[in-house]
Amino acid sequence: MVIKEQFIVTKRYRSISMLLMAVGILAIIALYIAHGSKSDPKEQARFWGSLLQNSVYFLLLVNTAMFFICSTILSWGGWQMSFRRVTEAISACVPVIGVICAAILFAIVFGNNHEIYRWADARVVNEDEIIQFKSGFLNKGFFVGWTIFTIGSWALIGWKMRKLSHSLDEKPLESVEAGKKYMWKTTVWSAIYIVVFALTVLSSTPWLWLMSIDAHWFSTMYSWYTFGSTYVAGIALITLFVVFLKNNDYLELTNQEHLHDLGKFIFAFSIFWAYLWFDQFMLIWYANIPEETTYFRPRGYGIYSGIFWLMFIINFVGPILILMSRGSKRNYATITFVSISMVFGHWLDFFQMVFPGPNPDKVPMILYDFGVALGFAGLIMYVTGRALSRSPLIIRNHPLIKESIIHHT
Amino acid sequence: MAVKKFITGCFDDEAVLFPAVKQVRRKGYKIHDIFTPFPIHGLDKAMGLRDTSLHVAGFIYGITGTATALGFITWALTYDWPINFGGKPFFSLPAWIPITFELTVLFSAVGMVWTFCWLCQLAPFVKKDHFNPRSTDDLFVMALECTDKTSEAESISFLQSLGAKDVQVQHKETEWWWGRYDKDRKVFEQKDEKVH
Repeated sequence: MVIKEQFIVTKRYRSISMLLMAVGILAIIALYIAHGSKSDPKEQARFWGSLLQNSVYFLLLVNTAMFFICSTILSWGGWQMSFRRVTEAISACVPVIGVICAAILFAIVFGNNHEIYRWADARVVNEDEIIQFKSGFLNKGFFVGWTIFTIGSWALIGWKMRKLSHSLDEKPLESVEAGKKYMWKTTVWSAIYIVVFALTVLSSTPWLWLMSIDAHWFSTMYSWYTFGSTYVAGIALITLFVVFLKNNDYLELTNQEHLHDLGKFIFAFSIFWAYLWFDQFMLIWYANIPEETTYFRPRGYGIYSGIFWLMFIINFVGPILILMSRGSKRNYATITFVSISMVFGHWLDFFQMVFPGPNPDKVPMILYDFGVALGFAGLIMYVTGRALSRSPLIIRNHPLIKESIIHHT
Repeated sequence: MAVKKFITGCFDDEAVLFPAVKQVRRKGYKIHDIFTPFPIHGLDKAMGLRDTSLHVAGFIYGITGTATALGFITWALTYDWPINFGGKPFFSLPAWIPITFELTVLFSAVGMVWTFCWLCQLAPFVKKDHFNPRSTDDLFVMALECTDKTSEAESISFLQSLGAKDVQVQHKETEWWWGRYDKDRKVFEQKDEKVH
């Protein structure tokens, strides 16, 4: 079997990604003209909310690729090795989108418009006892420090993991001893990453970035829920890239068995997402405390309820029914369809997290946001393609590569 | 009860077994079954077995569980004995979802275990014939079903040429029966000759 080890970015691929990015920039400009340049703070919040939703969503989305790598390393999984370079390439987007996301977050926190982050406005905090009580956590200093720590550590450890993986290309492992040493080293670094991940996405960062939009409201499940949302969409993104490369005659060692396992991941984590989504709702619905129910008033019962139920169908009912049978997990068409709908559905989920806070009375026109999302999709395509073309597609010298070649579900 | 004639061959290596299965199927022999001490990935595909319908049964059991839970709770709490819980409506679906979920899981899990036992003919006191006790230890035992037209000598030498060891002609009971091995000698009294 001849193995095409080198991914070549075609002209068509590059121009499509450029086109998508141009659409994104146009959407941002249009959004600025229509809303951002107005003097009404609510209108300005519409502009910043769109940037916040898209940048945070796509940052968390690409970051789960590195979580996928590290969790499979810690569990000694070898099956993903045949497409490991794809996940690595996706995680290479973290520094790029991270910088964009940090810039937008800081612009919102330090700007004059406090419709999104009300806790950043000193006058509001002075009159609001609930926010005063939370000010040990919700303050500008902590927000900036934690954001820098979060994005910086993701980017740094991700870079280290990619470097460890690429070091095998030039220098094969000489002996079993060297292999053991290498495996130990990757295990330690991925363990560090998992700890950082647990401290950021799994517990605190979504509280700062997203939950603080509704500063009075709180949910301890929120970060878990955000993670569930982005992880299933991140697996869907990996699947999309794997299918794309397979269709272009790359990744010869990846076959339906690997696709089947990715399908299982999407299936399982869409149920996980639904579990958290419903639990967060049910506990609040059951207790019926006004402080907590304010969150679901616009989302589940108000004008946003259409998106609420659409999201439920796209993110839970769809995948559970479509991906239940073995055949559909191994079929390129169904898995691609479900993957695209997952990425879109969880993007809607983030739309729900951001907009009902500053705009509880009116659903913003979603087409602008969709344009911005296309821009980010183009950016991910561009950066991932570039990262893929820089290194061989197969980790030829990895100790576990054989396990992936003979993988069988 | 149906006693049939089989030719059994033992393999001790997956790398020998897989090509052998391919050759045997190509020649047109009917493989009754292959008995292995542990699951071998890909063997079902190599033998041409169809996918199990156990998961279809599981889905049906799950749906039954969902319907049972929703149906019973709805009947009990809205029609038969409505109770006011904290001012919630009688028909308050979100509170019932956990129970519905549990019953779905319970029905599908228990139902699938029972169906699995049924399909594998596993139950207390149910007895099945063994081709070779070493298939529970260290050998893969392939059993070819013989018809009137099967030439014994030819198929024995064919199996041996594929790398099978300890090739035997056996008469075995294919169905299950109630009882005890020691009381039920009848099925073991058939011919069981050894070929070298």
